[in-house]
Amino acid sequence: METIGVLALQGSFAEHMQALRKIAGINPILVKTADELARVDRLIIPGGESTTIGKLLNTTGLSINLCKRILSGMPVWGTCAGLILLAKKIDDEQPHLAVMDICVKRNAYGSQLASFECQKLIPEISNTPINMVFIRAPQIISVSGTTKILAEYEGKIIAAQQNRMLATAFHPELTADLSVHNYFLRL
Amino acid sequence: MTDIAKLNRDLAKMLKGGVIMDVTNVTEAKIAEEAGAVAVMALERVPSDIRKEGGVARMSDPKMINEIKMAVSIPVMAKVRIGHFVEAQILEALQIDYIDESEVLTPADNLYHIDKHAFKIPFVCGARNLGEALRRICEGASMIRTKGEAGTGNVVEAVRHMRAITNEIHQLTNQPTAEWMTFAKEHGAPYELVAQIAKTGKLPVVNFAAGGIATPADAALMMQLGSDGVFVGSGIFRSDNPAKRAKAIVMAVSYYQDPKVLAEVSSDLGDAMKGIEIAEIPEGQTFAKRGW
Repeated sequence: METIGVLALQGSFAEHMQALRKIAGINPILVKTADELARVDRLIIPGGESTTIGKLLNTTGLSINLCKRILSGMPVWGTCAGLILLAKKIDDEQPHLAVMDICVKRNAYGSQLASFECQKLIPEISNTPINMVFIRAPQIISVSGTTKILAEYEGKIIAAQQNRMLATAFHPELTADLSVHNYFLRL
Repeated sequence: MTDIAKLNRDLAKMLKGGVIMDVTNVTEAKIAEEAGAVAVMALERVPSDIRKEGGVARMSDPKMINEIKMAVSIPVMAKVRIGHFVEAQILEALQIDYIDESEVLTPADNLYHIDKHAFKIPFVCGARNLGEALRRICEGASMIRTKGEAGTGNVVEAVRHMRAITNEIHQLTNQPTAEWMTFAKEHGAPYELVAQIAKTGKLPVVNFAAGGIATPADAALMMQLGSDGVFVGSGIFRSDNPAKRAKAIVMAVSYYQDPKVLAEVSSDLGDAMKGIEIAEIPEGQTFAKRGW
C-alpha cells in the first residue's frame, strides 16, 4: 500500500487528509519531519501562506530533503501555496523549492474580495467538470521545459504538470470532488 | 454561483496552523512577514498601549492600513469597533482581506453587533463561550477567535475561553435531541447552529486563540487545547526581541506537539512583555466583557 504524505507545516493539510481518507487502498500521513518525509511515496503540498510554509521549510532544513526527493522522481502535487513553492520563478520574490518549470504570480486576482468559484473541465483529469475554489489565488504566467498546461480559465493558466509534478492554483481539498486527488495518485 | 460565505470560511482555513500578528507600522509588518506570519492585523496601538493610554480606541487611519497593505504580500486584517458598520464599510472599500469586529476597540453600539451578512468581506469575531461564538457565526462571522484578555500578556483568559467552547461542544454532542432547545435558550445560541454542532461535534468555522499569548509555550498550549492557530497582539512587539520571538512563535504553532522543538525555540528570546495579573485590572476595564 502506498503512503501518501501531506506537508503539515501550515495551511489546509487537514482538508487534504480528509479527502485522502475517502480513497481506499492508500495510507495517508501528515509530514512535518525528515523521518516522516522519508516514509512517503508521494507528497501533497497544501494551500496556506507560501511565505510561511517556505520559511518553515528553510528553518527546519526540510526543503533540502524535499528537493532531493522531488528531483529523484517522487510525485508531488502543490495546491495554491504549494504551487508557488514548486515554481522555479516567482514574480516578486525568490523561489522556494524551485523544482518545476513554471513562472508564477502571487495573489494574481487581488484581495479576498476577488476570490471566486467556477466549474471547468480538464479532460486529462476527469470527464466531468471540476468544482474549483480560488482563494487569493496565484496564476501561472508561463511554463517552460517539459511542463504541460492542463487548464486555463479566463486566459490564465490554472493547472500544469511536469513529469510527476502537478500544480493547481485552485483547492480541490475544499470540495467533495476527489478527481484531482485520484489523478495525482495515478501519476 | 460563487458562495461568498463559504469562500470566506475557506480563506480562514488557509490561515490554519499559522500566527496572525498585530503590527502598527510598515517596519513591524515586514518583520512579521519575514518571521512567517500568515497574516497581519494593522492597528495604530497594540492592546497593551490602548489599555495604558485609555481614551476611545477606534478604527485605524486608512492611510496607515494602506501602507501596510502595500508593504506585505500576506493577508491584511484590521479592526473595527463592535457595531460600527460604517468603519466596516470603510475597511471593505480599502479592499483588505479580513475585518476583526473587536472588543479591543471601544464598542460603538451597546446592543448590537454588525450585520456581517451585509458585507462581502469576511469578519472574525471574539467569543468567550459557545453561545457567543454561535451568535457571531449566525450574524455572518466566517472565523472565530477566543477573546482572552488582550494586552495583558496573560494567557489564562484565552485558556478559559477555549476550554469553555470545547467543553460546551462536548456537552452538546452528548445531549439527546430533546435537550437541544433548552441548551440553545440557556446559552443564547441560535437553535439551528446548536443542532448542527450537536451532530458534527465541531464549530462550522475556524477558531483561533487570542488575548494574552506572549511566548512560544503559550502559543503551543492554545494549539494543544484545540485552537486552529493563534493571534499575537502586544506579545511580539512589546517584547525585547520581536523578530526572534515572532519566528519562535511561528515554529511553536507548527510544531506544537514536539516539546524538543518548543524547548529549542523558547531559548534565549530575551524578556517577554511584562504582563498583568487579571485580578489587578480595575472592574469595568476588561475587554472580554464587551460584546453581546
